[in-house]
Amino acid sequence: MAGYIATNNLGASFGGVQAIENITFEIPANKVTAIIGPSGCGKSTFLRCLTRMHELVPGARISGEVVWDGKNIYASEMDATEVRRGIGMVFQKPNPFPLMSVADNVSAGLRLAAGRMSKARIAEIVERSLKLAALWDEVRNKLHKPGGSLSGGQQQRLCIARALAVQPDVILMDEPCSALDPASTQKIEDTIDKLKKSYTFVIVTHNMQQAARVSDFSGFMLSQEMGEPGRMIEYGPTNKIFTTPERKETENYITGRFG
Amino acid sequence: MSGRLRMQKEEDGAAEQTPRQAPPLTKPAVPSYQPAGKEMENEISRDSELYSQSAVRRRSRKFRSRLAYCLCALSTVIAMVPLVLILFYVIYQGAGDLNLSFLTSLPKPVGESGGGMGNAIAGSLILIGIAAVIGVPLGVLAGTQLAEYRNPRLSCVVRLLSDILSGVPSIIVGIFVYTLLVLTFKQFSAIAGGVALGILMLPTVARTTEEMMRMVPDTLREASLALGIPRWRTITSVIIKTAGGGIMTGVMLATARIAGETAPLLFTALGSRTWPTGLDKPIASLPVQIYQFAISPFDEWHRQAWAGSLVLVLIVLFLSIGSKIFFGRKMKRAS
Ligand SMILES: Nc1ncnc2c1ncn2[C@@H]1O[C@H](COP(=O)(O)OP(=O)(O)OP(=O)(O)O)[C@@H](O)[C@H]1O
Ligand SMILES: [Mg+2]
Repeated sequence: MAGYIATNNLGASFGGVQAIENITFEIPANKVTAIIGPSGCGKSTFLRCLTRMHELVPGARISGEVVWDGKNIYASEMDATEVRRGIGMVFQKPNPFPLMSVADNVSAGLRLAAGRMSKARIAEIVERSLKLAALWDEVRNKLHKPGGSLSGGQQQRLCIARALAVQPDVILMDEPCSALDPASTQKIEDTIDKLKKSYTFVIVTHNMQQAARVSDFSGFMLSQEMGEPGRMIEYGPTNKIFTTPERKETENYITGRFG
Repeated sequence: MSGRLRMQKEEDGAAEQTPRQAPPLTKPAVPSYQPAGKEMENEISRDSELYSQSAVRRRSRKFRSRLAYCLCALSTVIAMVPLVLILFYVIYQGAGDLNLSFLTSLPKPVGESGGGMGNAIAGSLILIGIAAVIGVPLGVLAGTQLAEYRNPRLSCVVRLLSDILSGVPSIIVGIFVYTLLVLTFKQFSAIAGGVALGILMLPTVARTTEEMMRMVPDTLREASLALGIPRWRTITSVIIKTAGGGIMTGVMLATARIAGETAPLLFTALGSRTWPTGLDKPIASLPVQIYQFAISPFDEWHRQAWAGSLVLVLIVLFLSIGSKIFFGRKMKRAS
C-alpha cells in the first residue's frame, strides 16, 4: 500500500525534554488524516518526525519507529533525503526562499532534487502547482518577483505549491490555512479533496470545522498536564471522533470546553 | 491593550526623534474608551500609574537622552577626522601628478622627469588576482564547514586557527612564504607574493562566510531539505545564494585590506622596474613601489609616490564602496 505510514511507540525530545511520547498511530493511504489538539501538545513535532525533520534540531532525539511503505524510515540504511522526497512537508510558518523568484521557489525541488527536466516541462508544473495552491491568478504577472515580496498568506500558498510540485507520496501540512482568507481556504480544501486519489495527506489544524470537512480520519493529541509530553489520546474515523468520541478529553476539546 | 502599547511606542519614538523639542507639559491622556469589565478598570489604573511621571523626571530623561546622542555624534566626528584628513592630504599631494601616462608607463630613471607606475598597478592587480584565486575558495569552503557541518571539535580547531591567523602580523606570513616558496625555488616570484596575500585573506573570508551563513535562518535549510534536496545542494544553491551578498562583501573587504599590504611582499614578490614578465618572476606592486620611492632622496620620486598612494587609496575606496552597494542591493532584494 503506497503511502501507508505507521508509527510505533514514537517519542521525541528536545535537549532532554520529552515533547511527545508513546505515539502509535496509523495513516491510511489516499486518505486525509487530521491531527488536532491544543497548542503546544506536540502536533508539529509529531509531523516533523514523520519525515525526518526533527533530527535537524540540535539536541533533538527520537525513539520508536516510523514505518513507511513497509520500511522503518529511521533504519540505518534509509537515506533521509529519499524519505523527504517521498514524504513532503508544508511548515507551520511559511518559509519561501526569499531571494528566489516565485517561479523558482515552486520549481526548486524539481531543479535541485529531481533529474534534468526541460524548461517547458518545469514551467508547466509550476503553473499547475500554483493553480492547485490557489495562487496562480495572484502571481501570474509576478513570477519573477522574489518570493519574499509576497504577502503572508500568499507565501503560505507558495509553500504549498512548492511541496506539491515535487509530487511526493505523502504530504504533511502543518496548519496550511492559518493565514488564509475563507475563499483561499476553500480552494486549498478542494485541492486536497481532489488530490487525495493519488496522495496521502496529513494535516494539522486548529479549525474543527476544517478537520470535520476535509479529513477521513482524525487523531486527537493532548499533553495531560503542563510540561507533560504529548500523547495521541484517541484516533479513528473522523465522523466517529466528532460525533461519538470515546474519551472525555476528546469530547471536551471538540465541543470547545477547553484548549 | 493595543491602545496602551501604541501610546507607549509613540511616546518613546517622539523622545528619540525630536530631541530638541520642548517636553510636553501635560501627561498623555488615559485611553478614552470606556471598558465594561472590572479587570479592565484595573488595567487603566495601572496605566495612569505608568505615565504619572513628574515633569522634572520627564525633563531629566530627555536631557540624558540628548546627552547620549551628543556623545555618540561627537565620537563619530572624532573617528572620521583622520580618515577625511588622510583622504584630502593624499588627494592634495597626489592629484597633480596623476595622469594617463602615470597609469600606463614605466618608471623613469633618476633625473628624468615623467614616467609612471603602470607596472606596479598591473603587478598589484595580478597579485590581488592570485590571492583571490587562493584565498576566496579556501576561505568560503572553510566558512561553510564552520557554519553548516557543525562538527564541534573540528570547528573549534578551525575557528581557533583562523583567529590566530588573523592576528599574525603580515610580515610573519611573508617570512613563512619566503621560507616555503622563495628559498625552496630560489626565486622571488609573483606566485609567492600572491600566496602570502591569499593567506592573509583567508581568515577574513572564512569568518564572514561563516557569519553570513549563520544568519540564514534554519527554516530555509528545512524548507530545502524537506523538498528532498540533498544537503550539498541545499548549501550551494540555497544557503550560499541567500548569504551571497554578505559573502561578496567580506571578499571585497578582504581584498581591499590586502591591496595595501607591503611587508609580506618585500621578500616574496620583491618588486621590479619592468612590466610583469611571468608569474615565476619578481613583480612590481603599488605598495612596495610607493615604499621604495618614498624613502628615496629624490623629489621627483616623492611626487610619484604620492600619486601612487592616491591610486592605491582609490582602489581600496572603490572596493569598499562597491561592496557596500552590492550588499545594499542584495539586502533590498531580500526584504
Ligand atoms: N525547537 C524546540 N526546542 C525546544 N522545545 C521545543 C522546540 N519546538 C517545540 N518544542 C516544545 O515541544 C512541545 C511541542 O511543540 P509543538 O511545536 O510540536 O506543538 P504544537 O502542537 O505544534 O503547537 P501549536 O499548535 O501551537 O503549533 C512544546 O512544549 C514546545 O515547547
Ligand atoms: Mg505547531
